Amino acid sequence: MSTLLAELGTALAGGSVRVVDLSQTLSPRLPQIVLPPEFDQCAPFRIAEISRYDARGPGWYWNNITFGEHTGTHFDAPIHWITGRDLPNNTTDTLPPAAFLAPACVIDCSAEAARDADFLLTADHLRGWEAKHGKIPSGAWMLMRTDWSKRTDPVAYQNFDETGQHTPGPDESAVRFLVERNLLGFGTETIGTDAGQAAHFRPPYPCHTFMHGAGRYGLQCLANLDLLPPTGAIVIAAPLKIQRGSGSPVRALALVAS
Amino acid sequence: MTEPLARPKPRNPVRALRLPTLPPGARSRAALRLTAAAAEGRLELQHCFDCATVQYPPRAACQKCLSHRLEWRETDGAGELISDTVLHHSNELYYRERVPLRLGLVRLDAGPSLLAHLHGDCTLGRARLRAQLDRSGQAVVVALPPQDTTNMADDPMLREMTCDPKFRKVLITDGKGAVGQALARALVEAGADIVWIGIAEPWKQAPRLDAKQVETVPLDVTDERSVRDLAGVIGGKVDILINTAEFHRAHGVADRGTETARAEMEVNYLGLLRLAQAFGPAMRARAAEGTVPATAWVNLLSIYALSALPSHGTFSASKAAAFALSQNLRAEMHQAGIRVMNVFPGPIDDEWNQLVPPPKLGAPALATAIVRALRDGVEDLYPGDIAQDIVARFRESQKVLERELWDQ
Repeated sequence: MSTLLAELGTALAGGSVRVVDLSQTLSPRLPQIVLPPEFDQCAPFRIAEISRYDARGPGWYWNNITFGEHTGTHFDAPIHWITGRDLPNNTTDTLPPAAFLAPACVIDCSAEAARDADFLLTADHLRGWEAKHGKIPSGAWMLMRTDWSKRTDPVAYQNFDETGQHTPGPDESAVRFLVERNLLGFGTETIGTDAGQAAHFRPPYPCHTFMHGAGRYGLQCLANLDLLPPTGAIVIAAPLKIQRGSGSPVRALALVAS
Repeated sequence: MTEPLARPKPRNPVRALRLPTLPPGARSRAALRLTAAAAEGRLELQHCFDCATVQYPPRAACQKCLSHRLEWRETDGAGELISDTVLHHSNELYYRERVPLRLGLVRLDAGPSLLAHLHGDCTLGRARLRAQLDRSGQAVVVALPPQDTTNMADDPMLREMTCDPKFRKVLITDGKGAVGQALARALVEAGADIVWIGIAEPWKQAPRLDAKQVETVPLDVTDERSVRDLAGVIGGKVDILINTAEFHRAHGVADRGTETARAEMEVNYLGLLRLAQAFGPAMRARAAEGTVPATAWVNLLSIYALSALPSHGTFSASKAAAFALSQNLRAEMHQAGIRVMNVFPGPIDDEWNQLVPPPKLGAPALATAIVRALRDGVEDLYPGDIAQDIVARFRESQKVLERELWDQ
């Protein structure tokens, strides 16, 4: 095994394995999830200077930051959803660290999402993907590429109208198929792992409900999925070790062989 | 007839900015009662409880019967201008910049004679006296002609005492809510030059306002950077800032965690602080610029800032914090002569007061009241019947009011 890691080190140094940043920049401009106003809300990312080489601290610059667990590019632990609340090791501080490094499959839905903001990924799409790229390996991430992260205008990124949010996501059949394949978790470029209209699905929020109910994870607000191959990338996404945390912003990275 | 105010030309950028100066602001404790009434647009004088004499200037005892039982009561300003004069010289910096000034002696029908600033349309004979706050924030007495005259509000002396939106550039910090929308319309109607309306979280559908004076700007008062960014663009232009940004949920103290309360504080209290830090200094610097200088800062508070409404407990607490902050802001802005107006409405007829029974204050009525208050130059506004009722009860007995609000 030591030769394997040594080879990886050489490959990283030589550039034959590249590191791709899958994270959005944490800034107040990046929108956070919006719940109906009768519910308590996720705090948006905010940053305030403590000092900047001034009277508040002459030799140093630093900030205080505040945000909800589910802000920016972030990781969902199973306890986030009521269906996963009683599972073992379901919080950010008890998750097995091995889950933070895993192979990733990428399904390209960018053309469909460009045509239809409410595009739903189905089990049939996933079977089609498997026909081309082979069976989804156990313990891998499935990442849904929609190029949604390229919507730099927050209004277009949220894509609200009077009936709520319109963003692509998986339907129930896709989620059940992925759980059967024993994958590690599901990742998206949008604000949720579920589609924008998923509150109206039957059952509602299928990805949160079944994925977390089966002890699987979620990654949201990912970027640069267009730089990943359909298979073969390794994703590094470690949530902060928050005591009894339901999720955490992450600096998500991918190792890709050139 | 008053010469109508001309639309101001853009400032000549090579001329030094005229720095703000203030008229003398020292008052005796007794005379401050005149200020307290003028702050709400009323003329109040001392009435002797024993012999009914009305007296001015304020004293510790009745000038006629020496009784100390003096009451401050609203007094009719009708009277007679019996003499007038023109001041051509003063050693006060503020007056040096404004001479010649007309002054005159008005004998009130109620009794006393008062030295007053004269409106340009005043002639010897009948006149109306009003107490106004001057730029120092203290009450002075102003004589107006017996009936309104053309362009009356454009009189230079009167404009020193008021904050008329005409030709002014106004920032409304939240233009998404009903109050911000109604205010924008009312300000356009009042002749405002530009009305910027702040929009936070633009992905939440904001209603559109189609008036050429109205311009939407990004502004989220919970985000220091957003506030600074906007101040960097328009901070040197805002003549009137109206802080309508508000977060309101109907929760008591025990029935919710701290996050909604924190969100209320973020908008209602810290939002005001961020705005004050980003926009305050530039407004103070421009308080004497040209014919239409920066003039007023308006905070939309709540009557429950005075005494908490337990059914909207955390909201009341955040508004009380904002009220305290606003008093501090007033003390600082006053040094440049910028008026800080606090607005204390009762329940507004909006989505967060759905279960509050009428009467509720409609957004257009509130907007009209704020614009009128700017024109009148008041600094404390209690718009609507509920606010008037509660402030009266607050002054009568804070404790009685506290108990009565338990069940509402």
